[in-house]
Order: sequence, then C-alpha cells, then structure tokens
Amino acid sequence: MSATPVLALRGVSKRFGAVQALTDVELEVHAGEVVALVGDNGAGKSTLVKTIAGVHPIDEGVIEWDGKTVQINKPHDAQHLGIATVYQDLALCDNIDVVGNLYLGRELQKRGVLDEVEMERRSRELLQTLSIRIPSVRIPIASLSGGQRQTVAIARSMLGAPKLVILDEPTAALGVEQTAQVLDLVERLRERGHAVLLISHNMADVKAVADKVAVLRLGRNNGVFEVKTTSQEEIISAITGATDNAVTRRAARSNGEAQK
Amino acid sequence: MSIDKTSVTPDDHAVENPEAAAGADVAVDPRLLVRERGFAGYLDEFKRKMRAGDLGSIPVVIGLIVICVIFQSLNSAFLSAENLNNIAVAMVATGMMSVGIIFVLLLGEIDLSVGSVSGVAGAITAVLSVTHGVNEWLSVLIALASGAAIGAIHGFFFARIGAPAFAVTLAGLLFWLGFMLQILGENGTINLDSDGVVGKLTTYYFSDVAAAYGLAVVAVALFFVTSFLDSRRREAAGIPARPLVDIVVRTAILAVVAFAAAIMFNQYKGLPLALLLFILVLVITDFVLRRTTYGRKIFALGGSVEASRRAGINVTAVRVSVFAIAGFFAAVGGLFWSSKIAAANQSAGAGDLLMNVIAAAVIGGTSLFGGRGRTWNALLGVMVITSIQYGLALEGIATPVQYMITGGVLLATVVIDSITRKTQKTAGRA
Repeated sequence: MSATPVLALRGVSKRFGAVQALTDVELEVHAGEVVALVGDNGAGKSTLVKTIAGVHPIDEGVIEWDGKTVQINKPHDAQHLGIATVYQDLALCDNIDVVGNLYLGRELQKRGVLDEVEMERRSRELLQTLSIRIPSVRIPIASLSGGQRQTVAIARSMLGAPKLVILDEPTAALGVEQTAQVLDLVERLRERGHAVLLISHNMADVKAVADKVAVLRLGRNNGVFEVKTTSQEEIISAITGATDNAVTRRAARSNGEAQK
Repeated sequence: MSIDKTSVTPDDHAVENPEAAAGADVAVDPRLLVRERGFAGYLDEFKRKMRAGDLGSIPVVIGLIVICVIFQSLNSAFLSAENLNNIAVAMVATGMMSVGIIFVLLLGEIDLSVGSVSGVAGAITAVLSVTHGVNEWLSVLIALASGAAIGAIHGFFFARIGAPAFAVTLAGLLFWLGFMLQILGENGTINLDSDGVVGKLTTYYFSDVAAAYGLAVVAVALFFVTSFLDSRRREAAGIPARPLVDIVVRTAILAVVAFAAAIMFNQYKGLPLALLLFILVLVITDFVLRRTTYGRKIFALGGSVEASRRAGINVTAVRVSVFAIAGFFAAVGGLFWSSKIAAANQSAGAGDLLMNVIAAAVIGGTSLFGGRGRTWNALLGVMVITSIQYGLALEGIATPVQYMITGGVLLATVVIDSITRKTQKTAGRA
C-alpha cells in the first residue's frame, strides 16, 4: 500500500439549499485497498459519491488526487482523472450484447466501421482477467442474471483503466451466489491494484471484502475502522449513533438532573 | 472465506454443455463459450433460440410460403413471372417507407406522418417539375430534402420539446395532408411524364438478362467474401468464428434464392430498376445500423435511454436524425408511389398506406417495443402484404376483404411479437 492516498478528501462540505448534506468530511482511499463507505439512509453516502464522481461539485474543502489538489466539477473531470463509478441502476442496454455494452459510447472503429473483432477479443481478455463468468459475450444483457449484469457493469468501468472504482450498492437486490460473484470481483480489483470505494448497507459484505470502513452519520465522519480489528457491533453502533441512543440519553439526562 | 466456494471451475460448464468441453477451442476460456463447433452445436443453438422465443424471420418466411401455396392453388397465374415481377415493383414504394419506419421503431417510437409526407414529396416534385418547369432531377432532390426536413421538424418537437412522438406525428399526418392538397391546387391531379426521372423509377427494366444474373452473382460473391474474410479475422484474433461449412451453406441458400429470382425476372421484362434501388437501400441501411457507431447508438436508445445518455450519446441529435431519416424514406416512397400512377394526386399517401408501412415493418419482425429489428424486415414484410393484395386481386376479391385480411395478418404478427416477448421474458431475454 502506497503512502500517498489515491484519493483524499479534506474537510469537504456540500450544501443543497437549506440542507447541509456533508460537513467537514475526511476520507482517504489508497491503491490496492477496499474502503467501505457505510451509513444509515440519508447519511450522505450518495452525496459523497456524487461529489467524487463530479455530479455535484463540492462547496468547501479540498479533493486531493495522488497528493495533488484537484477540481472535480463535472463527470468528465472525474473520468479524466481515472475515477470510474458504477451506479446502482446499472445503465446497461438490455437489447445489446455484452461486447456492445462494454464498449457503448467508446466503440472501437476501423475506417469508420465498428471493429467488432477487436472489441470482442478485448472484451474476452478483460472478462478473463477479471475471471468473470458469463455464458457468451455475444448474448444480449437481457439473458444475464442480476449478478452477471453487475459484473458486466463493473467490467465496463474497468475499460478506461481507472485508478479508483466507486461501486454504489453493488450487491443490493442480488442473491447469495450472485453476491459472492460480485464480492469475488471486488477482491480481484484490489489484487490488481485498483483503489475501491464500496458503498454498502450489508455488514456481511463489508466484513468480507473491505479493508477499512468509513462511517458517515448525518453528513459527518463518524469514525474510520480497520475491518480486521473491529467488531460488527462497533461499526453498527457508529452507523446508528449508539453512543447517542435512548439509554445514553436517559443516562445523560439523569446525570444532568443529579448535578442540579 | 465463504465466497471461495462459489468461484467456478471450468468443469462446471461442462455439465451445462457436454459438447463444449470436448469441441471448444482450449486457447480461449472454455467457460465463455456456449456455442460448440459442428452440426450438433448449431442444432443446440437453434433449439435454445426456439425455446427462448427468438424466432427471427422464421414465422414470416413460413407465412410467405403459406401465402404462395394458397394463392397458387387458387389461381396458377399467381406464381407466374409476370405477377411476381409486378409484385416486386409494386412493393417498393411501401417498402422504402417501411425502411424509414424501422429506424423509428428501433427507438421504440412511432411515426404516423409518413403517409402524408410521401404525398407531399410527390406533390412537390410534380408542382416544381410540371407546373414550374424546374429540372426534374432538381425537383426530386428538393422533394427528398423536404421529406428529411419535415422529419427533422417532427424529431425536434419530440426530442427537444419532449412532446410524445405519437402526438407530434399525428399532428404531422393532418398538417402535411393539408399542405399537399394546398400545393396541388384546385385541379388536384398533376400528371407526370412517364419517361421522366420519376416515371422511370417503376417502369424501367434492365431487359438484358446479364443484369439480373450479374446482380445475383455479385450479391452471392460479396456475401461469401465478406463472411469468409470476417471469419478469417476472427480466427486470427482467437475468438469463435463461423466455420467454413456454415458460410458455404448460407451462401448456397442465398445463391438458390438469388438465381431463382433472377431467372424469374428474366422470363418477364428483366430486373426492375425499382427492386435494384430497394435492395441497394436495404444493404446500405443494414450496414449503417449494424456496423457503424451511429447504428449502435440507435439500438442503444431503443434499449435504454438513460444508459445511452450516461455513455455519452447525444440523445437529442440521434432522435432528430432518426425522424429525419424516416421523413427522407417517406419522400422516397412517395416518389415511387407517384411513379406507379404517373401522377401526383389528392389520394396519394392516404388510405391504408400508413398502416401497410407499419404493418410491413412489424410483420417482417421489427419489434414495436424498440431495440430489435433489421431493415431487411421491410423486404419480408412488404412481400407478405403485397402478395396478399395481388393474390386477392387475381381472385377478383374486393378491397373491403383485402383490408380485413391484411388486418388479420397484422394482428397475427403483433400477437406473435407479444408472445415472443413473453417467452423471451420467461427465458430472460427481454
């Protein structure tokens, strides 16, 4: 693991009208590291991802890329830096085959004509290096299972040789077997030296593949944990703010009353 | 870790596909192959497609055969060279418009204005060349450009303003019908010179027998060479290629059809110019749709607009251009229509023309739901519709019955399309 993080957020804030979505958020992702970003609904996970992906420019704070301060104002900026984002709705075309989907919008051409042969060869190569298992690269996406579609969507993000891959809830709505396929793939991305930012609701997934867990709560950092040395309960209490639950509140109140 | 259990070994696939392990090229990852080499592989693939509801052109080819058998048994003149040649010429007007409609259907949209636009094109040509004495070639070019411009206007209201294509083109249907009647003037009919550019479109035949045979030879040779070279390239790249046997069989089937048609044409007046132009259009549009990035964008939009947008496709531009293409081919069809009746008149583009155009595309196998179809569908579909019309005319059956039968065929096709989609859904292919 390199010393300089691939991506570092320093004191990032984002406001939508009256809503302060993110406040002073810090985050570091290193190459060859899977960082899980967790938090309750509305904690600001999606907003944070969108600021990194260039959908929403940040209001305050600094984004560092390989140690240098950068501006990410539009999706193109993020792609240009080497950030690939796989959103929850996969954005694949059901009627087009796997090769066509992988290269959608960046088709290889030879004298103005689609170079199907080269695209298919490279697609096979890519799927092979990622050990992705699908029946054929020439069947429409509609024929694939949810997990296979997810792996195709992730593979698609790999075509630009990104340094950082952001996966937004990649295992939501997947079965056991399919989830395993996707998690396998996440591990392979790490082995290949990519930095991975994984947004997830599922603690089991996080425990299985992530190196670090960054917890967001109400738009603020609520701790970064090493997965190996942290129990699931500790992470969950950070997510839900168990330090601030009914029991602690009562305790705090009775303490306050006692002091009066 | 528990996930490791599910990582798949190559053997897993062998269970699903017994032949795959034995026949597949080991150089490539055997897990990625579903189609095996050899005849068994094809039979397997065919069965899989049937089960999945991927019927392709099979229903329409069967339909055509049934139509031929029925009408031939009713009247032996049906399969005569003269009748078939007439069908080949008569179908081109509708067929050309159908090509344009297929582009729109691929987006999952509809264009109801093509009938009226075809009438406008015929009227513009006639008014310019006959009434105002403009050079006929120039008139034709202006008519075609007008068609494309009209389509682009529809596309603009649909893609930029966001009005439903159905409503925009319905308004277009009425507007351009009125526009055509307006420019035709009070007289209502302008006769065209049957030896002029437009007149020749449907009356010119290459009477030299070499023309029809030559076209057949060129078509077969081109098909074989391109398939063969493509297969060689794929082999060189180490990806599954079509085996030589497959290419030879396909070429042989094409050769039989092409030469049978050539012999038939040469028995009457020879190869019709109209058909040659139609085939050229089909080859070009098919190439554009399947081998260029522009075509890929159209299919992508038919599959998922959001995915296309995220892939950086200019959705508005593609949509406008597709409607312009539909308008252009409507104009082309309008010229063939004028040529057939050697005039531009008030009834052009009216009646059942629009319905036949859409029906031809759908009968040929283009999905009404977008994202599935080829322009060759127009040829098959329009053959079915025109054959029915001519067969019934030979029997002296009146128009009302023709309408009912064509309507029935269209319903049957849409039912097949819908059932196909359902089957495909259960087989996970739609």
